[in-house]
Formats: sequence, structure tokens, C-alpha cells
Amino acid sequence: MSWTVVADVVAAIFLLCGAFLAFAAGVGVVRFPDLLARMHAATKPQVLGLILVLIALALRLRSWSAVGMLVLVVIFQLMTSPVAAHMVGRAGYRTGKVRPDLLVLDDLTADQEAADREKDEADRDAARAASDPPAGGNAPRE
Amino acid sequence: MIVVVLICAVLLAAAATLAVVRAEKGPSMLDRTIALDVFTTTLVGTIALEAAWSRRTETIPILVVLSLVGFVGSVTIARFASVEPEGERRIKTREEIAAEEAERLAAEDDERDKAADPEHGAEHEPDDPAEADAAAAPEVDGTTGPEEARS
Repeated sequence: MSWTVVADVVAAIFLLCGAFLAFAAGVGVVRFPDLLARMHAATKPQVLGLILVLIALALRLRSWSAVGMLVLVVIFQLMTSPVAAHMVGRAGYRTGKVRPDLLVLDDLTADQEAADREKDEADRDAARAASDPPAGGNAPRE
Repeated sequence: MIVVVLICAVLLAAAATLAVVRAEKGPSMLDRTIALDVFTTTLVGTIALEAAWSRRTETIPILVVLSLVGFVGSVTIARFASVEPEGERRIKTREEIAAEEAERLAAEDDERDKAADPEHGAEHEPDDPAEADAAAAPEVDGTTGPEEARS
């Protein structure tokens, strides 16, 4: 049993695992209840499945130039899918498509409210300083 | 090997179909974006599967391009099209499109009548051209805006 046969068998196993993970991502995208859960299905199992399929392809091809290109694909995927997921999650949160009852922990809403409060207070101080010039002149110096 | 490739092809085809189902159902634009992302990645997997089966290397650059292009699409939609007007979340029926088209044509006719008016309008409204302009301006904006967006 030469090493090429072993490589083919390992490639077949990886292909199966990768295709199964891609299928799981498809099922998750259809069945999960809200945007963030679907995004989870689209980013994590999907990328791992793709990486497994590409490893299998590299094991089948066994040429270094092809492996270089495949590493490039994996790097692009690992760099771009978090960015895309972040943008989608941010846009979803801001347009109110996140269901708070499904979240185990919601740090962003509390932080956002605190930041809004601080901004309101800063605005109020600025307005008071603008309406009352002597006090506004003194306040920054203190 | 052929059995493995067939099983993988079936799984990937099912994943792509499910992604398309979500893209059709998706209550919001962002869900559709995610679904199209999944579809693109499945496409990459399918091309890789074919290359692994026939041991060819010419299709690998396609994988590089696809993994970059899918990202650009989803980020663009998330950045610029996440806020969508109410009522545009589903595909319109034929009657709705016909009604909108009739409305648009009527608006265009109005605009054309107004554009032809000045010679006649000068007779019965000679005293206040500024007000006539102000009344015409929003009308022009309202009709040309969607027109540009559509084309």
C-alpha cells in the first residue's frame, strides 16, 4: 500500500466530512430562527467544510503550485468571512432584526445605552455652555 | 472514489438548494445575503470537488476569485442595502407591478403636461412664477428619483 493510496483515502474522508459540513450549513441557514443564528451557520461550519474540501483537493492533486493557490483561497476565506459576518451582524442589530429573547447574553445593548446616556449628557453640557457664556468659559478651565 | 464523489455532490447540491430556499424565503435582505454567501461557498466546494475527482488544476483560480467576490457582495449589501423600505421584502405580484407601472406612467404624463405648460401657464399665472417653480420642483424630483434608481 503506497502513500498515494493512503492520500486518496484520506482525501475521500475529508471530502465527505467537508460536504457534510456544507450540507449542515445549508440546513442551519434554512432552519435557524433568527438572523444571528443563521449567520453562525453560514460562517463557522461552512468555512470548516470548505477548508476540509480544499485539503482533500490538495491531497488529490499533490502538486505544490496547486497547494499554494488553495492556501490562498483558505486565507481569503478566513479573512473575509468574519468581516462579512461582522457587517451583517452590525447592520442586523442596527435595523432591529436581532431577537433579544433568543440571546443568552446581550452585552451590546447595555453598552449602547451607556454610550447614548454619556452622549446625551455631553450634549446637554455643551448646550448649557453655549447658552451661558461665562459659565461655559469657566467650565473647561476647571 | 466515484461513490464518495457522488455522495459529496448530492450533499453539496442539497446545501445549495437549501441556501436558495432561504434566499427566497428570507424575511430581510440580510438573510438573503447570508444565503447567497452560503451558496457561493457551496459553489467553491463543488468546483473543488470536481477538480479533486478529475485531478485538474485549471479550475483552482476560479476558487480564488469566487472566495473574494462573494465577500464583496455581502459586505456591500450589509453596508448599503440593510435598511429597506417596508413592502419591498417580498417579490411583488404581477398586479402590483402593473399598478405601480400605471402610476409611474401617469406621473410622467403629468410632468410632461407641466413642462409644456409655461407658455400657457404664463397667461393665467403671470404674477407668481417662483411659486409655480416651487410647486413643480418636488414633482420633478419625485418622478425622476425612482426612474434613475431603476435604470
